[in-house]
Amino acid sequence: MTAEAGRLEQRPAAEAPNEGHEGSAEIRTGAHPVAGGTDTTILGVLLFIASEAMFFAGLFAAYFTLRTKATTWPPGDIHLDLPLAAALTVVLVSSSFTMEGAVRAIQAGDRRRMVRWLSVTLGLGLLFLAGQLYDYATLDFSFSSGVYGAAFFTMTGFHGAHVAGGVVAMFAMLGRASQGQFTARHHAAVVGVSAYWHFVDLIWVALFSTLYLLR
Amino acid sequence: MATTTLVPARVGYRSSIYEWLTTTDHKKIGALYLTSSLIFFLLGGLQALGIRSQLAFPDQALVDHGTYNEYFTIHGTTMIFLFAMPILSGLANYIVPLQLGAADMAFPRINALGFWLVPMGGLMIYSSYFFGGAAVGWTGYVPLSDGNFGPGTGQGVDLWIVGLIVLGASSILGAVNFLATIFKLRAPGLTMWRLPIFVWTVLVTQTLALFAIPVFTTALALLFIDRNFTHGAFLNPAVGGNAVLWQHMFWFFGHPEVYIMILPAMGVISEVVPVFSRKPLFGYKAFIGATIAIGLLAFGVWAHHMFATGAVYLPFFSLLTGLIGVPTGIKFFNWLATMWRGQLNLATPMLFAIGFLALFLIGGLDGALLAAVPFDYDVTDTYWVVAHLHYVLFGGTAMGVFAGIYYWFPKMSGRLLDERLGRLHWLLLMIGVNLAFFPQHLLGLDGMPRRISTYPASSGWGPLNLASTIGAFTIAAGVAVFFVNILVSLRSGEPAGDDPWDGTTLEWATTSPPPPYNFESVPPVRSERPLFDLKHRPAVAALAPVPAAPADGEAGA
Repeated sequence: MTAEAGRLEQRPAAEAPNEGHEGSAEIRTGAHPVAGGTDTTILGVLLFIASEAMFFAGLFAAYFTLRTKATTWPPGDIHLDLPLAAALTVVLVSSSFTMEGAVRAIQAGDRRRMVRWLSVTLGLGLLFLAGQLYDYATLDFSFSSGVYGAAFFTMTGFHGAHVAGGVVAMFAMLGRASQGQFTARHHAAVVGVSAYWHFVDLIWVALFSTLYLLR
Repeated sequence: MATTTLVPARVGYRSSIYEWLTTTDHKKIGALYLTSSLIFFLLGGLQALGIRSQLAFPDQALVDHGTYNEYFTIHGTTMIFLFAMPILSGLANYIVPLQLGAADMAFPRINALGFWLVPMGGLMIYSSYFFGGAAVGWTGYVPLSDGNFGPGTGQGVDLWIVGLIVLGASSILGAVNFLATIFKLRAPGLTMWRLPIFVWTVLVTQTLALFAIPVFTTALALLFIDRNFTHGAFLNPAVGGNAVLWQHMFWFFGHPEVYIMILPAMGVISEVVPVFSRKPLFGYKAFIGATIAIGLLAFGVWAHHMFATGAVYLPFFSLLTGLIGVPTGIKFFNWLATMWRGQLNLATPMLFAIGFLALFLIGGLDGALLAAVPFDYDVTDTYWVVAHLHYVLFGGTAMGVFAGIYYWFPKMSGRLLDERLGRLHWLLLMIGVNLAFFPQHLLGLDGMPRRISTYPASSGWGPLNLASTIGAFTIAAGVAVFFVNILVSLRSGEPAGDDPWDGTTLEWATTSPPPPYNFESVPPVRSERPLFDLKHRPAVAALAPVPAAPADGEAGA
């Protein structure tokens, strides 16, 4: 499908508000959009991200509660791999910038450039996950080794699962792009995925600071 | 694709099982929510009757203690997560898009997913009965729920936890959907300050759900991990965890949860009282302000459930809890001033609304007393608390739900519910609720602890418990009348017409039941009572109706 055909097919309703509707029983999902403002899809993603933020807020609250009660934190026999975690932080933070590149590309109507940037972002996401798995395999403590191990693996584990979710979402976006979807004016899903990806990135920065820098 | 066009195979409400299983129509999903909730209401009610039968006389052994503990656990879990929340979601699912003049929710497929998670979660919670049971109370306090402490704390509790996580996911998806719908799909002219009160209460409720439920999910996840992988590292003090942490996280969710269950019921009452008093709601903006105030305060009062732990700062939580009485009091003035000198029509929806006012007032005053720390110390974990929460949740939420069902059933089915059966239902509930729950105040003051499976005759608690049990069975009789009414009226109820109550909001502008697309055209909206304007204000009625402009909420990306 050519870019032009995709664009015509996805002409937003705002361009033809009453098309084919006079007196007919056609139904369409949704109804009158409130003019202007945030796109409904993006709003939905942002609201979902708000709930995710509360989920992680709960984890952080639990972490700090446990930390205040502990006498030594982290316990003496715990050794973290700071260089690896710092490298993974660089990977994930860079991926936010490449994701932004993808969004700007599609805003300019350049789907091929968007696919390239999105692929790079996806690769960085996979690299982060691989690095995290390597970290898990080489650390000298585990999920079941006391309060610190439980907190460390629960928090990084839930974050890793969210990274994996973002990777799946990026695969879905690439699949849709390969079918000729997304145009300069019609790419809310890409913006939604990017917002989610930035959020996951932000959570990692908070996690890295909490687990590795504040100690 | 941007302009998805669906041509229905046939227009009409009844359809095949396949259509019900695959529907994304908010009205059908609303009906599914209502049906599933009412089934779980029956199951939860049966367990309540089991509890009350066991307690009817001292020293009884109708059910063994372990089973009794499972009954009150699953009774509470059912009534909150599988009845109160989903039935309010069902009413909102059906009514909110209609009141907005919209064709559907913003994300219809997510809406369907949100519903189908409810029976899934329900199945998990109920299957706990076959896997050793979940006998930890609906609050699931650690250390009882943390690891295996004998009967009813084993695998069944894991199922209970996962079931609750699934139900939480359903609520979060619902919250995203409702908020996007309310913000984005309002009819032209329907500004935020013209929204029906019910929509406003749903808006605040879903905001609470969006921020409170994820924290409960966190708590449940930690509990699950503790039980299965980390041997209590989070919540068991013996291993370095923190037992009070569970209570904090649980009630950080649990108290907003109370308002998640009561605010939409207040919204229903605020639709019913003006229509049946033939007056606009007194203090529309004050009511909305009070609703928002309750929503904000809801996040600052959770530790009043934990006064007796000695681990919370008492004055702060006591003060904020007392403050909630102010916006709630404003709402009572709203309702009473609306009825004052109104032309009261005491049809069944209004009877249930008045019942709500009377019973919820008692529950609310109980709550104000519990905000006082010394009193709370005295009655913590006694039957006083049981009385309070049932006056709020049965007297408040359930009465509000019944008011809503009597009010909107004609819109959903095209038929009126029977008024005589409805009045009998109301009378039995008014007697039953007071007989079942008022004596529990006295039992609580006399020191009867909650959640005990029996008591000795020497305690002297026998007569009041017997009264309470008779009350519970009176409620059951009332509920039976309600179900008969629903079944009879669905088949042969009096045809309702489009607008049986002379309503003022947009849902009464379409047919009963509404067509799949809801509106051919939406009346012009110039106030919070668009239908009243249309009927009685020639200047507004002369405006052209707005064609139901199609646009898609979801598929546009």
